[in-house]
Amino acid sequence: MAFYENVFIVRQDVSTQQVEEMTTRYSGLIEAGGGKVVSNEYWGLRNLTFRIKKNRKGHYVLLNIDAPAPAIQEMERNMRIDEDVIRYMTIRVPVLEEGQSAMLRNKDRRDDRDRERGRGRGYGRDEYEAPVVDRTAPGGGS
Amino acid sequence: MAMQGRPKPFFRRRKSCPFSGKDAPKIDYKDIRLLQRFVSERSKIVPSRITAVSAKKQRELAQAIKRARFLALLPYVLQ
Repeated sequence: MAFYENVFIVRQDVSTQQVEEMTTRYSGLIEAGGGKVVSNEYWGLRNLTFRIKKNRKGHYVLLNIDAPAPAIQEMERNMRIDEDVIRYMTIRVPVLEEGQSAMLRNKDRRDDRDRERGRGRGYGRDEYEAPVVDRTAPGGGS
Repeated sequence: MAMQGRPKPFFRRRKSCPFSGKDAPKIDYKDIRLLQRFVSERSKIVPSRITAVSAKKQRELAQAIKRARFLALLPYVLQ
């Protein structure tokens, strides 16, 4: 068996509860195929950065899966059929992430980020050193 | 960079790769906050000669940015 990460986006006018049902349905498909969903995350109704099939927002769900390939194929086939799923992506990963993904970790500091945004470009101050965009670096004219 | 007759006008310290060394952040398509720092205002991927990301990490980074774009987490273009 292999590890996979699957993210799928559900149409905005579907209720949170229905999204939950869909998550369990897809998890069921994986289990039927002999795998298991190690963890799942609901990222909430997020703004899409561009419109997908006329949607401006979408429910994001992340599934961390340990399953054989045929089970993944079956799940993807069902996602293609389902009209509420506007996009999905499955990626094979060497190891599954433990604990919360970066998405939720950042969300916890949301107010923090909003404040930064007010100051223009939100370069992080705490954890990473922001790369200095230096236009005069090598080959930068004159 | 025209300087008055000095042979070496500036000595710019070589910036090191932000993804190398210990406690460097992991490149992940889900970490939009991190990725956002490596795209321009128009959402183009910033070349590594500017950000000093190593070639290997730049390839990983480009992959992650493209994945994030596919999931509409990052824009392809900003008007």
